[in-house]
Amino acid sequence: MTRAEFPAPTPTALTKPFWDGCQQGRLLVQRCRECGHRRFYPTAACPRCASSSDEWEEMSGKGKLYSWTVVHRSVDPSWASIVPFVSGIVELDGHAGLLLPGLVTDVVPSAVRADMELEVWFDRSGPIALPRWRPA
Amino acid sequence: MNINGMTSISGIGWTDYTRSSGRTPEQLAVEACKRAAEDAGVPLSQVDGVITYGISDTATSAVIATSLGLPRVTHYADYTAGGTAACSVVLHAAMAVITGQARNVLVYRSLNGASGQRYGGAKFSELLAGSGVHSDAEPQFLDTAGITMPAQHFALLCRRHMSKYGTTEEDLAAVAMTCRAHAVDNERAMKRSPMSRDDYFGAPWIAEPFRMFDCCLQSDGACAVLVTSIEHARDLKAQPVEIKAGISGSGPSARGNMWANLFPEHSECYARYLSDDLFRNAGVERKELDFAQFYDCFTYSILVQFEDFGFCDKGDAGAFFREGRGRIGGDLPVNTSGGLLSEAYIHGLNLVVEAVSQLRGEAGTRQVADAKLGLVTAGGASSSGSALILGSVH
Repeated sequence: MTRAEFPAPTPTALTKPFWDGCQQGRLLVQRCRECGHRRFYPTAACPRCASSSDEWEEMSGKGKLYSWTVVHRSVDPSWASIVPFVSGIVELDGHAGLLLPGLVTDVVPSAVRADMELEVWFDRSGPIALPRWRPA
Repeated sequence: MNINGMTSISGIGWTDYTRSSGRTPEQLAVEACKRAAEDAGVPLSQVDGVITYGISDTATSAVIATSLGLPRVTHYADYTAGGTAACSVVLHAAMAVITGQARNVLVYRSLNGASGQRYGGAKFSELLAGSGVHSDAEPQFLDTAGITMPAQHFALLCRRHMSKYGTTEEDLAAVAMTCRAHAVDNERAMKRSPMSRDDYFGAPWIAEPFRMFDCCLQSDGACAVLVTSIEHARDLKAQPVEIKAGISGSGPSARGNMWANLFPEHSECYARYLSDDLFRNAGVERKELDFAQFYDCFTYSILVQFEDFGFCDKGDAGAFFREGRGRIGGDLPVNTSGGLLSEAYIHGLNLVVEAVSQLRGEAGTRQVADAKLGLVTAGGASSSGSALILGSVH
């Protein structure tokens, strides 16, 4: 099965900068211009100060595994074709509490551990580049 | 204003809970609502409030009011919400009665969750987004990370709890077996055969750390409750069950930890932010409760809520269930019907029905002795939810 058959994101006005960044090989998150708080997923205002003024800032692409699940069953045909796979939540280095969901690749599921060091890579096999995470 | 004791759940009704109802959600809702009104002894012509919730299969309040032939309705509400609303809707009905919006309010949930739209089905995120429950930003990050089913969302929360507190698969097994043991004695339950430890560990993985029996049932069915004033209730057929307190809310970022990140700590849930208010408003100490019905879309949901409602310290819930203290006859019987794991998944409202059965002393062989006070919750392990404290009236 080719990667192109996997779900592709549908960017919105709020999320397009993130996906544009992925196309360029850059991992971007929103940063509040008022209080400096960084956030993900994209929201219309800052969860800390409610300011709607934000900019997109590039992250290092390094992080630690905050949580994960080894998925054995999926009713989505594309995901079901690659079980077992690892979906995780990554906490970005230097930004405690800044968490991104993502597929963890290049790992044996039984060897996955909390806090393992990860780095982002971009899967370009579909219409929009997707962030993936692998052991650093 | 404290609403303690002003209103009553004065009638309960339910359909059979099955894998394939062969009926529409409208038909199921009508049966459950008629039974709730009959149980209370309130003629349908006097029902003047109708409230429901749902995000998939459902029958809206206006449809049901039409089918029931209600001559005059002065309060409707339809929540676009999942199980987090199962206690919100009862609280809403109580507020409608107290403020004079309506006198006899039917609250129901109806769905073909097995034969119709399945929560564990493909494109769960699209279903949520189509209902407006998600931020429209969320699904594009979920689906592309392989997170397309509730089991995967909640597995991520559970794994965080395991990493932080040492919670184990044995703890999850103990919760699943507690619920099943209770369902064995429940004539409403879909799963009445006992579950052994070997049965639990022999079942296939769904999304680690969840095996099959960590995940709730998918069910067709409906249930309903009728809410009235406490004074009115005393003139009705069924024994009143007073609503002592209710809460419907969230901590920071109500949608924050369904799948990731804005919520401060994924091993915690809404109850950490709301439970003190709930108990204070009810004038009840935690140790006074005779049972608790926790929203159990997954085994882990019971553990995290047990902790965050303040029944033990963080990380200690697993031991409570392994020691059998959550069984009927134990320190705090939990999910006495078998819950969503073993009775049925009527989106949480069936837990309210069970609480009323217990407080009326009508729970048969699974009756908690001398049950006077009970907690019902709604909200799996997430950052938003609702809850009720109910009490018997003699």
